[in-house]
Amino acid sequence: MGSDPIGARRSKRHYHPVIYLVRRGAAALGLLWLVLTLTFLLLQAAPGDAADLLVAPDAPPDVALQLRQELGLDRSLSHQYGRWLGHLLRGDLGESFRRREPVRGILANALPISIWLGSISLLLTFVVGVAVGSLQASKRDRWIDRVLTGLTTAVYAAPSYWLSLAAVALFTYGMSRLGAPQWLRLPAFGLTNPASDATGLAVFPDLLRHSILPIAVLAAVGAAGIARYARTAVLDLSRSEWVRTARAKGVHSSGVMFRHLLANALPPLVVLLMLALPGVVAGSVFVESIFAWPGMGRVMLEAISARDYPVVMGATVVYAGIVVLANAASDLVLHAVDPRRRA
Amino acid sequence: MTRTERWAGGLLLVLVAGAVIVPAIAKQDPLAIDDILNARLIGPLSSDEAGRFHLLGTDRFGRDLFVRMMLAGRLSLAIGVAGSAIAGLMGVAIGAAAGWWRGVFDRAAMAVSDAMLAIPRLILLLLCAALWRPGTSTVVVVLAATGWMGVARLVRAEVIGARRQPWTDAAHAVGSTPLRVLVRHVLPNAIGPAIVATTLGVGNAILLESGLAFLGLGVQPPQPSWGNMIAGGRDLIVTAPWVAIAPGIALILTVLGCTLLGDAWRDRLAGEVPTTLADRA
Repeated sequence: MGSDPIGARRSKRHYHPVIYLVRRGAAALGLLWLVLTLTFLLLQAAPGDAADLLVAPDAPPDVALQLRQELGLDRSLSHQYGRWLGHLLRGDLGESFRRREPVRGILANALPISIWLGSISLLLTFVVGVAVGSLQASKRDRWIDRVLTGLTTAVYAAPSYWLSLAAVALFTYGMSRLGAPQWLRLPAFGLTNPASDATGLAVFPDLLRHSILPIAVLAAVGAAGIARYARTAVLDLSRSEWVRTARAKGVHSSGVMFRHLLANALPPLVVLLMLALPGVVAGSVFVESIFAWPGMGRVMLEAISARDYPVVMGATVVYAGIVVLANAASDLVLHAVDPRRRA
Repeated sequence: MTRTERWAGGLLLVLVAGAVIVPAIAKQDPLAIDDILNARLIGPLSSDEAGRFHLLGTDRFGRDLFVRMMLAGRLSLAIGVAGSAIAGLMGVAIGAAAGWWRGVFDRAAMAVSDAMLAIPRLILLLLCAALWRPGTSTVVVVLAATGWMGVARLVRAEVIGARRQPWTDAAHAVGSTPLRVLVRHVLPNAIGPAIVATTLGVGNAILLESGLAFLGLGVQPPQPSWGNMIAGGRDLIVTAPWVAIAPGIALILTVLGCTLLGDAWRDRLAGEVPTTLADRA
């Protein structure tokens, strides 16, 4: 099979952007359905049910029985699954056990905070990671490459929660101990200063100041991983024949770097961005927890310790939805920037 | 052996040896709390009133941090290795079966693996930790259950590739049963990449285990784990920073060793194991 001329096997299926879009969308929906089914089965496989958690242990048994009937827990598995899926499709994620309010509202409050944290960190992760990786590749095996390799490998090995704690210690206590100027003493907790009475847009500078440490930690961990990857990717590309051709033609070194290398590096870069996403999501759970940001990660952790299953499930569904969506979007972008994929 | 392999291997060896030997010969009990008032939060490289020397100081209950750190290392290393090894075995079994017999099982296995890869691994771990009782054995099971997909895909691809090779036909032709062809002729070709992917997974598993322990969803106190030791130093990060710093450095060194070793092995098998970024804690 490997000896087939490129595209000879696939040419039967003509490429059309709309058909591709529909096909890719259907695949994403199918995957999302699988994820939902998997989470439902996980919940069913866990010991105990909602009634066990909601009813006091010393209550008479018919209280639990009645609750099971009300919640439909006495019905068959397929019936419960159908009901659960039906509610989900209508955007109904159930009601929080603990707060007695719709899960949708709880998550809707938390999501923007996580998106703010995640999107800026992802962007920085990507830009810094690719820049560091390219720098390393262009200075291959020189001292700066070695130093950066050591640094990125060490940061990549460090847990984000530990780096967060170190940053808190350094920028709150450490900076005042060292007598650093006031602007370097960064706030470590919360979204904004609770003592300030600013409203509306005036809150923004304060929010930015509060965002520096969490975003820096998250981006540092992500960028370290991306840089390791980008270094190899750029090195591989720079060994290819068309780079040698460009150099032989007399194209200036930085010209080779930007016009030829980066143009060809675009598709792998999009893949890289996708690869960075789960790491940022995972890191944000810890970072939100340490910096006391009321985002999705913190909501999920609180729900876990309170055994608030509807919220835990809702958060899982949202996280999976984001990843599936992002995957589909990156595939579409890849098709847009890489003509070879449209065969 | 390259220089990286020697350094990374040596580092891991020292850590493993320390984790095995130190708690066994130490005079301080890493779990017992006796003289809290006089022994609590002693700085590194100093002795308490009873004259016991504490290399890395003590925690808020007056327990020796160095001995606790090494005991935690036992658990973290064991959980990381066990979790990844079981995940690797599951991956080899599922990937081999899916690639060899194809059909319904293949489709089902790949669908489940796609769905599980769509949920970030940490979220999947948190979900499982929430549904089952947190503890050491839960962590191992959950790490294995959420870590098999990469190896399974790798092995499946190798097996599908090997199905078409002439030596597979030859093995069939001399009358070997399909299972024998798979185990004796096809799998040995796929096992190298699977081992490297599993090794690369150990560092990850240790990071995730420590992350769960940090959040209180993994190894439970008083049993020390690097994660819950860092959690114990969280409120003391300003007044007694060594409580959180020491286990953090042990954790970083361990993960560093695993990453470097895995990288070096991957370079040996150039191109056979894809570079991936995994979820870190």
